[in-house]
Amino acid sequence: MFRNIAELVELAESENIQISEVMIRQEMEVKELTRDQVYEHMEKNLEVMEKAIEDGLKGVKSHSGLTGGDAVLIQNYMKNHTPLSGNLLMDAVSKAVATNEVNAAMGTICATPTAGSAGCVPGTLFAVKNQLNPSRDQMVRYLFTSGAFGFVVANNASISGAAGGCQAEVGSAAGMAAAAIVEMAGGTPSQSAEAMAITLKNMLGLICDPVAGLVEVPCVKRNAMGASNAVVAADMALAGVTSRIPCDEVIDAMYKVGQRMPSAFRETAQGGLAATPTGRELEAKVYGISLKKE
Amino acid sequence: MVKEMKYRSVFDIIGPVMIGPSSSHTAGAARIGRAARHLFGREPKYANVHLYGSFAKTYKGHGTDVAIIGGLLDYDTYDERIRDALKTARKNGMKVRFYEEEAHTDHPNTARLKIGDDDGELELVGISIGGGKAEITELNGFELRLSGSHPAILLIHNDRYGAIASSTTILAKHEINIGRMEVSRKAQGEQALMVIEVDQNIDDSVLSELERADHIIQVAKISD
Repeated sequence: MFRNIAELVELAESENIQISEVMIRQEMEVKELTRDQVYEHMEKNLEVMEKAIEDGLKGVKSHSGLTGGDAVLIQNYMKNHTPLSGNLLMDAVSKAVATNEVNAAMGTICATPTAGSAGCVPGTLFAVKNQLNPSRDQMVRYLFTSGAFGFVVANNASISGAAGGCQAEVGSAAGMAAAAIVEMAGGTPSQSAEAMAITLKNMLGLICDPVAGLVEVPCVKRNAMGASNAVVAADMALAGVTSRIPCDEVIDAMYKVGQRMPSAFRETAQGGLAATPTGRELEAKVYGISLKKE
Repeated sequence: MVKEMKYRSVFDIIGPVMIGPSSSHTAGAARIGRAARHLFGREPKYANVHLYGSFAKTYKGHGTDVAIIGGLLDYDTYDERIRDALKTARKNGMKVRFYEEEAHTDHPNTARLKIGDDDGELELVGISIGGGKAEITELNGFELRLSGSHPAILLIHNDRYGAIASSTTILAKHEINIGRMEVSRKAQGEQALMVIEVDQNIDDSVLSELERADHIIQVAKISD
């Protein structure tokens, strides 16, 4: 079993296989399943992601009314304008937003690696798809590659906002997505690791400060930026840019930053945006009371 | 970076498929509730749920309350009936109470569940460690030290001779290797708990065979 990114990359490069293949083989071994069983499970997850994006692009609204409808706004904007940041990037953003809007509305999603960060991986996948025209098999593999990188983060650091802040959730998700984009675009396993490192470096320190404790504000837009970060980092890695700090050390740094993060910034709705005057006002509106600690 | 491998499957990372909005506060919470339900063996008539840390602060926003009760109703993380779990529980006559605790716990997402009916009670502490993965850290006052990296079977049994032998004989018959085993009891002759970590996945048929073994009261499988 690979314990870190260095081992994962080494396994893939020494056997001349993709990261996704390393992950598939490990899953078969650990869970004593056939290739078909493992593959079919992931295919089902892909279908859930596709459906969530579809639903989100039709327009949803959360029960609190705090989020919903932004994915539609962005898609409409793209129909009438050429986005300054490019079509692919805004498409990824709208699809990441769509996923998290569905999540906030208590719709069905696939956690990647968590529900609050569920937009980055599918959002980028279904946007990059339009340019790279991958086979369905490559799309399923995209999820195994993301999973392999997330697997290392989960075991060596954290993927929980309550334990490590948003850097552990959207930070991890964005890094996973960046690594998977690289593989789909034909990059090497090392380049995937570079893309993950570059992404996560730029997410370090991000706090988890959900307004009213809801996975809505700022979570939905954090996924938008996570997806953008992933696409840009993937392009940089494919261009040959490397991270001066190796991916495993970036993950370790993220873990240590999370450990030193005060609890007010770890999914308690006691700090950051949750504690702003408007954040408190929205909270009071949602509950008719305030969660503020006396 | 040599730490315990808490996550063993790619589907811990890409998954679970679930009803939003939070993998730790909704899906993980549902799994804690469902573990309690399975260990109890039937739908309880009452549930007192104590929430700590981030669970206590944000449970309303995340639907943690709804999810835990959904778990007690035996719903999986993707079961759309979770949304109406509180209503369904009320309709079924389950008395539900939530307590927001101030006490500091080791893990920020901790829940203590006391569930029961006229025939029995069960107390369980669960933590939601991220991405929908949950761990049970305490059962009926017994502290559990599960590595979380292997499938585990929990057996509540009477503290009598033969209880351990009959269980391990069944596992041996099915060629299931025991990686670690722990037996604890509160007092001689009372209820005891066996925790068995095994190397391979366990079929439900093996679980029901264990359930029928001498002196065994309740059997449940933890982690997957």
